[in-house]
Amino acid sequence: MALSKDEVLAGLAELVNEETGLAADAVQMDKSFSEDLDIDSISMMTIVVNAEDKFGVKIPDEEVKNLVTVADAVNYIADNQ
Amino acid sequence: MTVSLNQYSPVKFSRIYSLGAARGDLVVTNDDVAGPIDSSDEWIRQRTGIETRRRASRELSLMDMAVEASQEAIAKAGIDPKDIGAVLFSTITHPFQTPSAATLLADKIGANPAPAYDISAACAGYCYGIAQADALVRSGMAKYVLVVGGEKLSDFIDPTDRSISFLLGDGAGAAIVGPSDVPGISPTVWGSDGSKWDAVSMTNSLLELRDGSAAWPTLRQEGQTVFRWAVWEMAKVAKQALEVAGVKAEDLSALVTHQANIRIIDELAKQLALPDSVVVAKDIVKTGNTSAASIPLAMHDLLATGKVKSGGLALEIGFGAGLAFGAQVVVLP
Repeated sequence: MALSKDEVLAGLAELVNEETGLAADAVQMDKSFSEDLDIDSISMMTIVVNAEDKFGVKIPDEEVKNLVTVADAVNYIADNQ
Repeated sequence: MTVSLNQYSPVKFSRIYSLGAARGDLVVTNDDVAGPIDSSDEWIRQRTGIETRRRASRELSLMDMAVEASQEAIAKAGIDPKDIGAVLFSTITHPFQTPSAATLLADKIGANPAPAYDISAACAGYCYGIAQADALVRSGMAKYVLVVGGEKLSDFIDPTDRSISFLLGDGAGAAIVGPSDVPGISPTVWGSDGSKWDAVSMTNSLLELRDGSAAWPTLRQEGQTVFRWAVWEMAKVAKQALEVAGVKAEDLSALVTHQANIRIIDELAKQLALPDSVVVAKDIVKTGNTSAASIPLAMHDLLATGKVKSGGLALEIGFGAGLAFGAQVVVLP
């Protein structure tokens, strides 16, 4: 069964926490991965690969650069489950 | 009348006899390269693991480094260079389209008239070379093969490029491969993925330089694409290499990956779930990324500093532009 956007957000926040140590509640929809959360491109790719496993979605390389905010990632994952 | 045709008489096993190493003569710090990319020592250390990279001065050529590394390997192997049956030079920075760097190297180290040719497989070049050397020795085509991975990457960088240039260093590593009574080089898992041809490449071709439409070509990479491939695809290749070698991760003394970036090395090691007993080579910290030279340089350093012992097993895996990759388990010389 498809996860809700809230559930995707919670799962994504866990992945961000595992990769960066950032508190999960800091990962909010309006935050930018690089500007607000200080996640660099390599950490971002690690999160993307782990998200593919966790949510069963495929996130192609060319799509990753479009995932600027947390909302971008949550929406992409929710729409492609 | 039946004619009997001779073929090579194969030998059963091969191994690496010895290694040689030469690094660029300049120690280039992060502060030295940070300015043009608007960066800092701290930023570069955190994101790449590099503290210094070794680069060659204008007077020190790729060939000079290759000769030095080769002579060390030949001396340590205790062989006569006249017995070298092939010279394989993996490089992407020999500044002539032709002739090959390998023929000149063969002559300079006393292996003339050995067959000699270059291998263009970028950061996978050394593992490609070991694969071919293993095949040449076991088939009986050559008694000893000299494999060199050497680069003077500093001739092909753009100081303002934030994608790869600041990682790169210069050096050469050499190995002598020869016949063995016991297995010393596992089957190689190797291949390529030309669908990602652009992921690591030159900015433009020499033809565009000639026509005045582009500048001197330098290296570039799409960092995220390369990172994903280098970790998760190469983890599969590394596991395959262990499987075809018939060994388990806990049997290894060392993991010697292409020294691309400490985060690729760390994440790849994590994916392989290596026990603490396996030493993970991190020569990148002091030497930088030297493409085809990085695996023999890193392995040479592990042996020279006593972190691993001769006779142990090492998984070596090279990956880079092409995208090309190669991995094999070897007995440490």
